[in-house]
Amino acid sequence: MIKFWAMGSEAEFVTKLIPEFEKRNPGIKVHVQQIPWTAAQEKLITAFASDNTPDICQLGNTWIPQFASLNAIIDLTAWIKNSNLIKKEKYFEGIWETNVIDDKVYGIPWYIDTRLIFYRTDVLKKAGYDNPPRNWTELYDACKKIKASYKNEEKYPIFLPVNEWAPFVIFGLQAGAELLKENNSRGNFSSPEFKEAFDYLISFHKEKFTPFGILQVTNIYQAVAEEYLSIYISGPWNIPEFKKWMKDELADKWMTAPLPGYDEEYPGVSLAGGSSLVIFEKSLHKKEAWKFIEYLSEVEKQLEIYKMINNLPALQEAWENPVIKNDKYMKAFYEQFLNVKATPKIPEWEQIVFAKLQQYAEFAARGVLSIDEALKRLDEDADKILEKRRWLLSQSK
Amino acid sequence: MNTDKSQIAYFFLAPAVSAIFVFFFLPVIAAFAISFTDFDIYTLGDFSTLRFVGLENYFKLFDDELFWTALRNTFYFVFAAGPLSIAVSLGAALLLNSKLVKYKAIFRLSYFLPVVTTLVAVAIIWRFIYHKNFGLMNYFLGFFDINPIDWLGDPVWAMPAIIIMAVWKNFGYNMIIFIAGLQNIPEELYEAADIEGANAFQKFKSITLPMLAPTTLFITIITMIGYFQLFAEPYVMTQGGPLNSTLSIVQYMYQEGFRWWNMGYSASIAFVLFFIIFLGTLAQFKIQKPAIS
Repeated sequence: MIKFWAMGSEAEFVTKLIPEFEKRNPGIKVHVQQIPWTAAQEKLITAFASDNTPDICQLGNTWIPQFASLNAIIDLTAWIKNSNLIKKEKYFEGIWETNVIDDKVYGIPWYIDTRLIFYRTDVLKKAGYDNPPRNWTELYDACKKIKASYKNEEKYPIFLPVNEWAPFVIFGLQAGAELLKENNSRGNFSSPEFKEAFDYLISFHKEKFTPFGILQVTNIYQAVAEEYLSIYISGPWNIPEFKKWMKDELADKWMTAPLPGYDEEYPGVSLAGGSSLVIFEKSLHKKEAWKFIEYLSEVEKQLEIYKMINNLPALQEAWENPVIKNDKYMKAFYEQFLNVKATPKIPEWEQIVFAKLQQYAEFAARGVLSIDEALKRLDEDADKILEKRRWLLSQSK
Repeated sequence: MNTDKSQIAYFFLAPAVSAIFVFFFLPVIAAFAISFTDFDIYTLGDFSTLRFVGLENYFKLFDDELFWTALRNTFYFVFAAGPLSIAVSLGAALLLNSKLVKYKAIFRLSYFLPVVTTLVAVAIIWRFIYHKNFGLMNYFLGFFDINPIDWLGDPVWAMPAIIIMAVWKNFGYNMIIFIAGLQNIPEELYEAADIEGANAFQKFKSITLPMLAPTTLFITIITMIGYFQLFAEPYVMTQGGPLNSTLSIVQYMYQEGFRWWNMGYSASIAFVLFFIIFLGTLAQFKIQKPAIS
């Protein structure tokens, strides 16, 4: 009997794949427990503290550093070496990389996501853009033209809310910024590269090209349908919602596109996201757990999950399948996955971006702090958060 | 003989006392100890990374701008919403206690309903009420030619929005207690006052208020303690924003502790809050005690 913790709707639908696995492997039973996304991290950490971890879990790949640093999950390198099924080359490189810390592989990508552009084709066309913007200048110019066409109406060309850190990090990476320095033990947000990106995004706020945050919008999809917003940088989980809201005459008026690049590069780099499967250190059934991971990593199984809940398969081969290949919204995702990067792999990263980067982005967007001051304070706060890490690094020397 | 009796008493108290000791005092003592360490996510994985830091967490708090913001917001909330909530619940109690009112049970029920309704459901409705363009609130203000206010999106108005909602949600509870207090005031006092020719305001000032003093003390302390622990309202409505204008102490403590696992720091915030509430309660006793005796 192996215990598998999965989140949200994955948990609900993965159970449909289990009978076949149990039939193929008599003697192994899989018990799926559903945990809600919002409480997942808390639940996992409490489970770890009380030695109640499951055998396998689905883990958002930005959480892997946290659980690896806790020694809660195991290095899978040896298992991969002996496997005929799971091989690094089968996956998108940038995604695979998010699971690797100090040359150890802690998770196997299960489904993947990244952020790109959702946009209103008709609105961009009116602004003179038959194709989506390919670089920073074009994106800014498109927004400027759309905004100008609204005169005094309260409508916005783009949605870059300060309560989503991802675009700030993405544009920083595009500009070539190294987000943290000294072996990820100090903030490096005042670097000229990050500053350029930050300044670029804040200018959209200064020019009123975007509302500040989600509080001014309430429902993003409705807002796009009503042309209150026209461009949104986000991930594949939005597709079903867009399909639901962009109905009838609006149905062919939206599209996905890869991110614009800093300069010549296209598509510009985006974030490597998604969920991986991990095995816990305390598991007594690691062999069976690995078998189950191999099973979920078969192309057909990943396609089944895709058909059920739209989770994008991690295996490149699955993308050759007509269900995905013929979906016009998926093309941009495929192109984008070829250029994705991981965020710094340290347990403190989430606190730095969620608590601090978002906060200072809001201060800068509302003009409470200057760009320089905001980034200086962001670095100071990041340094405070990373104090323990610096101490640990000095100890291990 | 006496000692025998008290031994028996201890015997019967033992289950309750030991439960309180294990599930209440021990955690509090442990949290106090943790507040002198840098217990964090690394410590959870490897206990040897725990460092004893003395009072450093407390010093860090003094230096932490966000802590002061949270403290300011919490005081703002307590001193604005507290008296307002007490005044509204006293007013409602007086109205419901009046002999002129019919169908009292229905009013009592409807004023009490928000107290027992789930906050998350309430928050969704209030988010619509506060919406800048389609909200009911701005619609009504429109009658007075007041320009639409971005209630939850404007750092100046977000806290008042939270206060209005919190008062609406909570006043029913205090109202019930006030009604009970009002019903305990002997009718003869009012009759005597009537004979003396006192008007309604004089009766309120000289009979109702003094007779309600113990109830009021109780309500003030309970409300103050509850309001200092402001958490759920901003957590579901604004997540502390915009510009941290609704971030409360408890919310900051929760974030540090259960979102980022900085348990040591979080525990020190908890004890500062405990100390503030303790002082606040003492002050209430000092101010209101003479009025009661």
